[in-house]
Amino acid sequence: MSILVYIESNENEIKKSSFELLSYAKELSKKLSLEVIALVINCSNILTLQEFGPDKILSINQTKLNLFNAQNYAELISNVSKSTGAKNIIISDSVNCKYLASLLSVKINAAFISNVVSIPSSISPFIVKRSTFSNKAFCDIKINSDIKILSISKNSFGVNKNKSEPIIENIENDFIESGIIFESVELSSGSVRIEDADIVVSAGRGMKGPENWNIIEDLAKTLNAATACSKPVSDLGWRPHSEHVGQTGKPVSTNLYIAIGISGAIQHLAGVSSSKVKVVINTDPEAPFFKVADYGIVGDAFDVVPKLNEKLKVFQAENN
Amino acid sequence: MVCVSCVPETTSKINFTNNNTEFDSSQVQYVINPNDEFGLTRAVWFKENDGAEIDVISVGLENTDQILRKALAIGADRGYRINQEPTDSYQVAKLLSNHISKHNYDLVIAGRESIDYNGGMVPGIIAEILHFNYVTNCVDLKINENKAKIKREIEGGIETLSCKLPLIIGAQKGLVEESDLKIPNMRGIMQARSKPFEIIEDNTVETKTNTISFSKPDNHKEIKLLSPDNLDELIDLLHNEAKVI
Ligand SMILES: Cc1cc2nc3c(=O)[nH]c(=O)nc-3n(C[C@H](O)[C@H](O)[C@H](O)COP(=O)(O)OP(=O)(O)OC[C@H]3O[C@@H](n4cnc5c(N)ncnc54)[C@H](O)[C@@H]3O)c2cc1C
Repeated sequence: MSILVYIESNENEIKKSSFELLSYAKELSKKLSLEVIALVINCSNILTLQEFGPDKILSINQTKLNLFNAQNYAELISNVSKSTGAKNIIISDSVNCKYLASLLSVKINAAFISNVVSIPSSISPFIVKRSTFSNKAFCDIKINSDIKILSISKNSFGVNKNKSEPIIENIENDFIESGIIFESVELSSGSVRIEDADIVVSAGRGMKGPENWNIIEDLAKTLNAATACSKPVSDLGWRPHSEHVGQTGKPVSTNLYIAIGISGAIQHLAGVSSSKVKVVINTDPEAPFFKVADYGIVGDAFDVVPKLNEKLKVFQAENN
Repeated sequence: MVCVSCVPETTSKINFTNNNTEFDSSQVQYVINPNDEFGLTRAVWFKENDGAEIDVISVGLENTDQILRKALAIGADRGYRINQEPTDSYQVAKLLSNHISKHNYDLVIAGRESIDYNGGMVPGIIAEILHFNYVTNCVDLKINENKAKIKREIEGGIETLSCKLPLIIGAQKGLVEESDLKIPNMRGIMQARSKPFEIIEDNTVETKTNTISFSKPDNHKEIKLLSPDNLDELIDLLHNEAKVI
């Protein structure tokens, strides 16, 4: 019996979010007295995982798994969970993981709980907290199924180092391939992804027009941050839809969220409020974003943002 | 078939009653889940351009009828309500599968996730139960004969996939734009009244989870306001206090 952690990767590199998943699994393993198995697909740098305490690493290298395909990945994880007897499966809250988990849950007859924000408060019965109502509330869920898949909200648990000497096994797996065929992909080049970023610089209608985004991009570049925007900004075509964050856009759960010229409408806040530290820059001191931010500047973005950028560059030069 | 969920309107106050075990629905307006509405609008285009017929379905009690009526007024042809209180994604998906398996749908459209429970699981569970192909985060869908071409939003880009029907998708903005959403007109509302509407009694109850209580995030600590002339202090706080840069 064991806890199985699916380690996500991006272009054969293990994603940083996996370290948090392993930290979570390690904590859970103490409560359940189970070993932690990490499942890694087509990655080379698997030894980085041993910092976070897995007892075993199962490594698969198969060309037919090079491209993510939810059905194939779910089939594979299902096979591995059956062969290892793992009844607790830990995954991230990425779009791919949630996609495969709904399929996996039927294959292994599991309960799937998404957006989990903490370690279970009770093991028997198994009760775990998840966020709901687009981050406006939490609920405690009792799981009635022996087999469960938990998807952990990014940055909700944190990363704990816990060095181990895992057994490493290379495995092969055969599965029936899905009927969904990959045709092509268009990647937005160069930029940091909102999903992976530690810092997100987000701007709203207060920027007046797309021609003014250079100061936002400059600040993001200095901070190695992703750029995001409010819904009207993407609806107006000032920025691509992929940057739209909030209740009906992408959820953001980052370390530092900087909101520039964004009023902080309830639907916007719903999607970004689980970010750890929030900074608001807005000319209107009555803007609702000030009610939820940690730090705020009442000021004109066109003045504050370039100045902040210059000062950050000086700060970085001094601190490196 | 379009699956719709009845959710509190996005500006609703989220409160709980009965010792924090139930959502307080007093003074809450209910709407079609936004992701589902994008899907419904795409379905209406299939009707307008390709002569598709649209069924719309929801699992819920009587208060769900209003959103189904709205869907009919927007352009769906037949409405179904499975008369059970939705309590968990597995139960809802199972009930929907029971219905879907009795009809020969080529395409099932659901939303990427609901904005209340945020589970994002219902379409995937249906797909797996019924062996349909499944693509979520769908931002474009074209169907030619028996083959679908789908664009899916992924981290950092958009991928194009293809597959055979039957297919189930998880819809989101992009599949149609905000400005494409249809507001029912008087004629649509009148027509909706005479469209077939069936209430299905299905007592299969299979849940894997129970919600036992709700809570709200802790009240936020006071904001620190800084002068635009004192950005050094902001940087200092972000570095030394918040430790995020
Ligand atoms: C069903 C539904 C779903 C929605 N989902 C989302 C969602 O997912 N995400 C989302 O973002 N919105 C969403 N919205 C829209 C939301 O209600 C707001 O309309 C939107 O968030 C406002 O965007 P904004 O803050 O950019 O613009 P505004 O509200 O117009 O705010 C602009 C702000 O910029 C400030 N400003 C102006 N000039 C300057 C300057 N020079 N310097 C600094 N500040 C300046 C102003 O004081 C103001 O606060 C949704 C709405 C509905 C009805």
